[in-house]
Amino acid sequence: MTHGPRPRRSRRGLWLAAIAVGSALLGSCAPAPAGHQLTLWTIGREGEAIMQLLPAFERAHPDIRVKVQQLPLTAAHQKLLTAFAGGSTPDLSQLGNTWLPELVALHALEPLQARVDHSDVVRADDYFASIWATNVIGGTLYGVPWYVDTRLLFYRKDLLRKAGFDAPPRTWAEWRRMLAALSDPQRHVYGILLPTNEYEQLMSLALQQPEPLLRDGGRYGNFESAGFKRALSFYVDTFKLKQAPAITNVEAGNPWTEFGRGVYAFYLSGPWNIGEFRTRLPAAQQDDWATAPLPGPAGAGIGAAGGSSLVIFRASKHKDAAWQLIEYLSQPAVQQQFYELLGDMPPRRSSWQGGALRDDPKARAFREQLEQVKPTPPVPEWERIANEMQLVAAEAIAGQLTIDQAAAEIDRRADTILAKRRWVLDHAQPDHAREHPP
Amino acid sequence: MNSPRSAWLFLAPALVVLGVFFLLPVLGALILSLTDYDLYALADIRNLRFIGLGNYWELLHRPLFWSALGHTAYFVAVGVPLSMGASLGAALLLNSPLARCKPLFRTALFAPVVTTVVAVAVIWRYLFNTKYGMANYLLGLLGIHPVDWLGDPHWAMPTIILFAVWKNFGYNMIIFLAGLQAIPPDLYEAARIDGASAWRQFRHITLPMLKPTMLMVGILTVSGYFQLFAEPYVMTEGGPLQSTVSVLYLMYDEGFKWWNLGSASAVAFLLFLLMFAVTVLMVKLSRRGEHPDGGPA
Repeated sequence: MTHGPRPRRSRRGLWLAAIAVGSALLGSCAPAPAGHQLTLWTIGREGEAIMQLLPAFERAHPDIRVKVQQLPLTAAHQKLLTAFAGGSTPDLSQLGNTWLPELVALHALEPLQARVDHSDVVRADDYFASIWATNVIGGTLYGVPWYVDTRLLFYRKDLLRKAGFDAPPRTWAEWRRMLAALSDPQRHVYGILLPTNEYEQLMSLALQQPEPLLRDGGRYGNFESAGFKRALSFYVDTFKLKQAPAITNVEAGNPWTEFGRGVYAFYLSGPWNIGEFRTRLPAAQQDDWATAPLPGPAGAGIGAAGGSSLVIFRASKHKDAAWQLIEYLSQPAVQQQFYELLGDMPPRRSSWQGGALRDDPKARAFREQLEQVKPTPPVPEWERIANEMQLVAAEAIAGQLTIDQAAAEIDRRADTILAKRRWVLDHAQPDHAREHPP
Repeated sequence: MNSPRSAWLFLAPALVVLGVFFLLPVLGALILSLTDYDLYALADIRNLRFIGLGNYWELLHRPLFWSALGHTAYFVAVGVPLSMGASLGAALLLNSPLARCKPLFRTALFAPVVTTVVAVAVIWRYLFNTKYGMANYLLGLLGIHPVDWLGDPHWAMPTIILFAVWKNFGYNMIIFLAGLQAIPPDLYEAARIDGASAWRQFRHITLPMLKPTMLMVGILTVSGYFQLFAEPYVMTEGGPLQSTVSVLYLMYDEGFKWWNLGSASAVAFLLFLLMFAVTVLMVKLSRRGEHPDGGPA
């Protein structure tokens, strides 16, 4: 290059640099070589894993090139909305299924049912029903599930055995007994870690109840129902009885090591932690921990239907190519590979029948729970409502509110957040807004 | 060409840039703050309603806004004097003829200002960790019970103030240092000959001579501290129990997290009004003690 103390060569270097820059500029101006350049946005760590899956796709489809952009989770939501406002959405993207209703409300996504009907690869009946359902908003399909996520229990087998329990809890009553036996606040030992700034744990308990979390078609909160209050009481009691420390995940710092040290016997979390525990705990401890479906009020196994889907944006000019990429990523063999790379669990039953997943005892509880997961309310405001729910719950944990007061307060906040939605639903325009109700 | 016209001609490029990139967006935000622009309006402009002062009215009835205002005021009231005290103290030490290795200390004390807030916040979060942090370890040596620095709603704000003061005092220190070096040495010489003690020299020479610098530093620090955002964003994410949510943090949440741009703009304008009022008050108060000719009282 042009730097370095060699003045005689510098002129030639300068020319070379100029030519290089010029040709790069020309190259970027020239029309793309016959074919498609797809832009794919990924959120979080999936971007790294997908890089290793793409070469095979590009070999099979020589006319399609895929450009991956990785968004950090903390900035992704903002980036997606900004891209929509600025008209610069990608061709396709990974999208968390709690964010899907929001982008559907913006009419940003392409309906996919017709493509699924003609597909040999994507077969709806092979997917876990509730996960598939989170992609259907107002009767229209907008995404194809890519990986699933449900929160359940990680537990220390050895600690439970030492306390006299042979099996993980199936009901709340059993769970409470175990938590009591395994907690010793004097020694800073707790039954479970429930970070007070994460709403997924309380939400998972609340979804086990028969009552929905919102009522009247998502117009009002339904948090004063008996079921939600039952879940909230169970949750808050866990802190009141000192069976969980009232700390946030900022303070919890490194929960994996502490789980290994026996500070917590249970950890309510998601599938990515299988990989975390495998890498962070010493080999000698690998037989000491296991996973179990989430205990319910009466029986185990109901949890939240989370995860990410693949969606095509309405503004994309390469929808057919984007669909080919979705089909490729939906093949069971590719999903198994994806699981091995990252630990993200596949949404199709047939993907679970082979590869590393089939015999993995740590994944079995997920497989069991995935048949029974329940979707969160499909309204664009849900994430915000869940956040407020958690803020109020944290006040109840701190003893500032009773269960009844907290439930009423969550309803009040949810109703305020949903005010605009009620207005829009009641004043919906008769034309295209009707076709895709928010 | 007459001179006023050519003056406007020379000013025009700057005015155009100011108008397009400064005044226009501010005007846009003001109009936005009178509407309920949100996700639904982004989807379909027919879902946009003009609601006048509705956003402001709602904000003034929202407990979170008042608590955010309280946290911000707390941060300013405690943080600004601490920060100014620390930077003046450091500047005096650095300016003292007895100080050794001045460039080294100047660099070391200025270093936090130029480091990224996110990077140092990670370290501070470890320092203030309840179980493993050095802060509690040192307290433990003194036999003091560990404090839940970032997890206790009462301690979170003081911890953030400590962090912010440490992070920012170097900037003011450099300004104070320049101010101190501009004081003519013969004033001190005369005072010494008259037998003035070090304290009296500080009170009657250093402080009055530094007054304009103090005012400027004060205004800069107050308006900077009113815009508290990055520190709670990376240290506590507004928690625990929203005890570190500042006004700007609330604006960020409203606007960029929940996309309620109307209400976020209203927060921004309320904060602007507040900062404007405080600055005017500070300038007025500082003028009060002056003679009409501008000299010190």
